[in-house]
Amino acid sequence: MSNVDYKVLVGLEIHVQLYTRTKMFCGCELAFGAEPNSRVCPVCLGMPGSLPVMNKQAVEFSMLAGLALNCQIPSFTKWDRKGYYYPDLPKNYQISQYDLPLALNGYIEIPLKDGSFKKIRIRRAHLEEDAGKNLHTAGNFSQVDLNRAGTPLLEIVTEPDMSSAAEVRTLAEELQRIVRYLGVSEADMQKGHMRFEPNVNLVITRAGQQFKTPIVEVKNLNSFKALENSIEYEIGRQLDRFLETGETMEMGNKSTRGWDDAKEITVLQREKEEAHDYRYFPDPDLVPVRVNEQWLNEIKSRLCELPSKKRLRYIKDYGLSDYDAGVLTNDRPVADFFETTVKAGGEPKRVCNLLTQVGLKLANARGCTIAELGPKPDDIAQLAQMAQTGEISATAANTILEEMVNSGKDPRELAEQLNLIQKSDAGELEAIVDEVLKSNSQAVADFKEGGKKSGKAKGFLLGQVMQKTKGRANPKVAAEILDKKLA
Amino acid sequence: MDQLSAKQLRDKIAARQTSSVEATRAVFARIAKIEPILGAYISTFEKQAIARAAEIDKRIATGEKLGQLAGVPVAVKDNMCTTFGTTTCASKILANFHAPYNATVVEKLLAADAVIIGKTNLDEFAMGSSTENSGLKQTVNPWDTKRVPGGSSGGSTAAVAAGLCYAALGSDTGGSIRQPASLCGVVGLKPTYGRVSRYGLVAYGSSLDQIGPITQTVEDCALMLNVIAGHDTADSTSVDEKIAPVVDYLAKLDEPVKGLKIGIASSFNAGADEQVRKAIDEAIKTYRNLGATIVEIDMPHLDYAIAAYYMVATAEASSNLARYDGVHYGHRTQNPNDYIEVYTKSRAEGFGKEVKRRIMLGTYALSSGYYDAYYLKALKVRNLIRVDFVRAFEKCDCIMMPVAPTTAFKIGEKVDDPLKMYLSDIYTIAANLAGIPGISIPCGFDDKKLPVGLQILSPAFSEEKLLRIAQMYEKQTDWHNKRPLI
Repeated sequence: MSNVDYKVLVGLEIHVQLYTRTKMFCGCELAFGAEPNSRVCPVCLGMPGSLPVMNKQAVEFSMLAGLALNCQIPSFTKWDRKGYYYPDLPKNYQISQYDLPLALNGYIEIPLKDGSFKKIRIRRAHLEEDAGKNLHTAGNFSQVDLNRAGTPLLEIVTEPDMSSAAEVRTLAEELQRIVRYLGVSEADMQKGHMRFEPNVNLVITRAGQQFKTPIVEVKNLNSFKALENSIEYEIGRQLDRFLETGETMEMGNKSTRGWDDAKEITVLQREKEEAHDYRYFPDPDLVPVRVNEQWLNEIKSRLCELPSKKRLRYIKDYGLSDYDAGVLTNDRPVADFFETTVKAGGEPKRVCNLLTQVGLKLANARGCTIAELGPKPDDIAQLAQMAQTGEISATAANTILEEMVNSGKDPRELAEQLNLIQKSDAGELEAIVDEVLKSNSQAVADFKEGGKKSGKAKGFLLGQVMQKTKGRANPKVAAEILDKKLA
Repeated sequence: MDQLSAKQLRDKIAARQTSSVEATRAVFARIAKIEPILGAYISTFEKQAIARAAEIDKRIATGEKLGQLAGVPVAVKDNMCTTFGTTTCASKILANFHAPYNATVVEKLLAADAVIIGKTNLDEFAMGSSTENSGLKQTVNPWDTKRVPGGSSGGSTAAVAAGLCYAALGSDTGGSIRQPASLCGVVGLKPTYGRVSRYGLVAYGSSLDQIGPITQTVEDCALMLNVIAGHDTADSTSVDEKIAPVVDYLAKLDEPVKGLKIGIASSFNAGADEQVRKAIDEAIKTYRNLGATIVEIDMPHLDYAIAAYYMVATAEASSNLARYDGVHYGHRTQNPNDYIEVYTKSRAEGFGKEVKRRIMLGTYALSSGYYDAYYLKALKVRNLIRVDFVRAFEKCDCIMMPVAPTTAFKIGEKVDDPLKMYLSDIYTIAANLAGIPGISIPCGFDDKKLPVGLQILSPAFSEEKLLRIAQMYEKQTDWHNKRPLI
């Protein structure tokens, strides 16, 4: 037992629902939660005689995602029919892409805890139509809701390059950020916009010999938590099973398991990989897609800086903490707002503080985006400048931003109205310092004594100055005067 | 019935020498008399048709400018979707199916102010060459009611030949317009693949299916094509008109093609019956007399056409027909034990023998391990045949050959021998594989007084020229005016 060592291999299939206006092959609008079978037409119902027409936006979204995942976009791709019978599949075939996917041979770089990046290879990404949903709530029979049938899905397949559940989760989260950044998917987990199917197995070394456990595919996971926990569970289960039975990978013993969310275990669904024959063949109802250089360049021009790159840049160029950079880059609209504010003259760290400490909290509480909050990047840049020059304190800046949101007034007006302009006038402050020194002779004496008491006394005196100015003294200027007088 | 063509009737209605109501009533009177023998229609819409005819007459009376088929009673093969009546494909599985939309061609007929009077019989899902595979009824040949009308558009060709409509639409996957047109002595055109929208045509072999007109004259054929041709955004395989413009097929119809070069593959024609060959030879002689020259062409891969066709068509069919499963619409079995039985029993009960045979053939051809040997190989052959035609058309304007190896055969004669039945399509399927247009025009009779058709094939999107070539012949002959005595 003691000389057993193992390595985890995980590859991932991810279905990402694209944020197109209409379905993949018809004009029905995508709708979540609409009344069953209300968003359907002859095409997505698979009515006799109906024909699919390709949604160009879905293809462009897929190309964009493919480019962001560093994939090659072949100049020729086509549509294939994947045949299988299931009640939620109206035509009993799914229009998909078989041997010539829209994107292939890419990679995604995922951030590791130690700050480094790991490259996970992307085997392919292809477009297909989603099926409907079978409902088993009616009693003696089942019902089918075809609202979802025909929804465009991008299926991304990675190589088995991930070696822990945490890595898989990181990849999934990174992918979520990427597709949101690109605007190609809402990637809302609650709405099933991202679904995961990890393939897990172990390479076990025992007594210098290597063994591979049978591959298990866990079906249809729709949360990061379930993804991570199911893999964690599978690692333990496969190790135990190997130690118990010695079973290793061979032809045809790949199995399929489901995740029981309540019990937090995986459950066997199909023992052996059944000899699935989907009888793929090119769909004669659709024409192949030819991607020329001009089209590809047009799509390339829509690429943007991806979240992980952006985060690194914020840390490097703006001196932000890893945490703050993460918060700002998590959502593209926030990052865009931040960058516009910085471009308008706001000192990055000040702007970061304003946004993370006040802006995002308010936006969150109000359920709106940062841009919808009211204050324009220009105003916030001005506010940040005021704090930067010492005109107002950092605390005052936060207060002012909150009031800007509430009142819509500009920062200077609010600073004056709320009496938050700091006193930096040396003459005026000098008089106040003199007054404080005069009425606190004990503290002055303590200071002069030196040692431990000295620092405390100085702090006390500065506090008195602040109190007398009701907090509006510029602490830096006041401290300088105090030092001079006490010297 | 009178001998008016669709165009003549249209012009008379427009000139108010007759009315659409009068013509429509006359057709229904004839249907009442003959249809019980002929069995051409699966459904007819007498009340609806007469009401529409009355409305068209009224609009004509107000001086309104109407469509190209204003007031003309036409029929549609029952594998094209209509919101009125049923769309059965002559299958028990769709016997009560009401389509929620109109096929594009149906919309076009309606927009042209045609009066759709009924939907015609066919081989179930258009699979067959005799209309004997209809799951709903038997259509007979109006020239000899003991014989088949051909198929699969046998209902449409029988109806046009017997005067139960002025023109009809058929669909042609391997000859299903041209072969029954030949056997019924009418004109039938399979346009270039992509010329006419397939939206709403219930698919058999999607890469081969094409809708086309079945008419009494070449001129009517041009008129019908004028109405139905064109790009359709709902059908991705319909061709962009910028690439292949749609023209007015009537405009230059009477202009003979000067210096016409006719391609003939004599070895190929050898397989036809002697009397059929004789009629074809006579027809070609007529063209020669009109100044045409004959060019011998070589079609080295044509021998493989039937084999390739039955791979491609059945493979596509096996997938296209997967949707008839008893779950969403159509026939559903009673008391299934589980959802698998909903599939297996509904399909077993709903499909006829030939449809099942083709589904199995196609499923086999697409199965993993067999795909390369069958389906992929068939696609390669298909490409070679395409190239054969391209090469041939470098030497000639058109190719002429028989439509079918025989005239109409007896009902039941070939039903037990599917391979023999498949050979009925030997001359027609190549055009579907290559996607090129082909027309069948009446060119004589055999000694049993059964009509023979001449097939003319031409390059893709050359329908205008093809129709002109056909018109040259029709003007010289009287075959198209011969009507069965039924």
